[in-house]
Amino acid sequence: MPVIDLAQTGLRELNAALHSQGSGTNETLWEVLNPRGSHAVAVGVNAPIAVEIKGSVGYYCAGMNREASVTVYGSAGPGVAENMMSGEVRVKGDASQYAGATGKGGLLIIEGNASSRCGISMKGIDIVVRGSIGHMSAFMAQAGHLVVCGDAGDALGDSIYEAKLFVRGAVKSLGADCIEKEMRGEHLHALQALLNRAGIVDVKASDFKRYGSARKLYNFSVDHADAYG
Amino acid sequence: MCGIVGLFLKDKELEKQLGQLLSSMLATMCDRGPDSAGFAVYGAPQDGRAKITVQAADPDAAFAGLDSALAKRIGADVAMHRKTTHAVLSLPADRAVAARDALRADHPAVRVMGVGDVIEIYKEVGYPTDVVQRFGLAGMTGTHGIGHTRMATESAVTTLGAHPFSTGADQCLVHNGSLSNHNNLRRDMVREGMRFETENDSEVAAAYLTAQMDKGLSLGAALEKSLDDLDGFYTFVVGTKTGFGVLRDPIACKPAVLAETDQYVAFGSEYRALVNLPGIEAARVWEPEPATVYFWER
Repeated sequence: MPVIDLAQTGLRELNAALHSQGSGTNETLWEVLNPRGSHAVAVGVNAPIAVEIKGSVGYYCAGMNREASVTVYGSAGPGVAENMMSGEVRVKGDASQYAGATGKGGLLIIEGNASSRCGISMKGIDIVVRGSIGHMSAFMAQAGHLVVCGDAGDALGDSIYEAKLFVRGAVKSLGADCIEKEMRGEHLHALQALLNRAGIVDVKASDFKRYGSARKLYNFSVDHADAYG
Repeated sequence: MCGIVGLFLKDKELEKQLGQLLSSMLATMCDRGPDSAGFAVYGAPQDGRAKITVQAADPDAAFAGLDSALAKRIGADVAMHRKTTHAVLSLPADRAVAARDALRADHPAVRVMGVGDVIEIYKEVGYPTDVVQRFGLAGMTGTHGIGHTRMATESAVTTLGAHPFSTGADQCLVHNGSLSNHNNLRRDMVREGMRFETENDSEVAAAYLTAQMDKGLSLGAALEKSLDDLDGFYTFVVGTKTGFGVLRDPIACKPAVLAETDQYVAFGSEYRALVNLPGIEAARVWEPEPATVYFWER
């Protein structure tokens, strides 16, 4: 197992080594030591490998991730798993602003809390947060699921498209065009599957409420024809 | 983008290391603000004495005989300790206001950086590690300190545009962000008799807090009130003689991390700034909530 100590090795060297891994690589488990809040750790990995980061990271960790499974044994700075395509990113601690922003696929699990703008403009990524999320989360969220076991801050789902939001605790306020929706069987099923994948067993899917788009903002409405100019 | 660091000590044992710890924290924030840097250190009080930190573009000329001229003018002894472009004037506390007025009237080449019982403020244009080395931050001691690395957006890259800003005795403020209503606020405060040294938005925030505290508010209450009156993006870290406060605007785009142990409270724009602090692995580390005042007082 390659072990890369960022106290000895430069970040570019680490990321170049990770980028050189292809789909059939034998080096399937990597360990990164002493990240000490570094930016862009394990960004752009494109191979089915596991990367274990032993400590807290700064901006953009595991951004653009494809296929890899990245675990942060600490907290993550702004933009963790930003624009993720596939694979899995797990943060053992908290995540800062815009976790999972614009993500197209894969699963992001935050075992602590996420701060503001979690899942902003998400486009298919699934995000599971064990704790709570901050304000303006899922802003303009287009597709995918955001699961929050704790509470959500102000303006959840403002200007949301078709992403599905599940919150177990309190929602401080809903953003424009975001409403509570009926939790049907298929939603409970999808939510349970996400909780299972995240390894969360002490929380019941039936305790959550579902939120989504009222579809009044992004659809053409003949009643508002004059306003479109 | 700018970088902020702050350290408020609870453990007296660490006071000897304040400058060294703050210097190491500031060095990690160079890339957030490479054009200038500054810091405020709250040192040990000297009975009955006040300190005035001054700066000059041509210090050899401006500081020559400054102590004796000032002593004569205010009728009290003045001791001067020079550090490159800055000097700290020590004088009887009850003559501090007179000394400040005399500096303004008689020594236009000398700029006052800060006044108080314990505060010393140093700031200059240049790469942050060079700036702090020039002023010997690593060797300084004290109870708390605040540092800033600047990437200028709202006013020119000058010494006076660097942070911290001090607009009241033993007070200072550093800012990451940009205010959008600073011109209006400055006009209002000028009408009320306040003086401004720059066109900088952050100086307005500092002066606003000073004005509120002059009206009797605590630092915490003044910060609370600023949420209603200041418009724009900001993460502020502020210091008073005995206090240390943090405030983020309601949108909270500008990054902030706080850490607290039994020994200290520490602030960093990023976690990177905190990694060399003793016991950081076991510290409570969190991102301060938007529009929420955090305030510690000794």
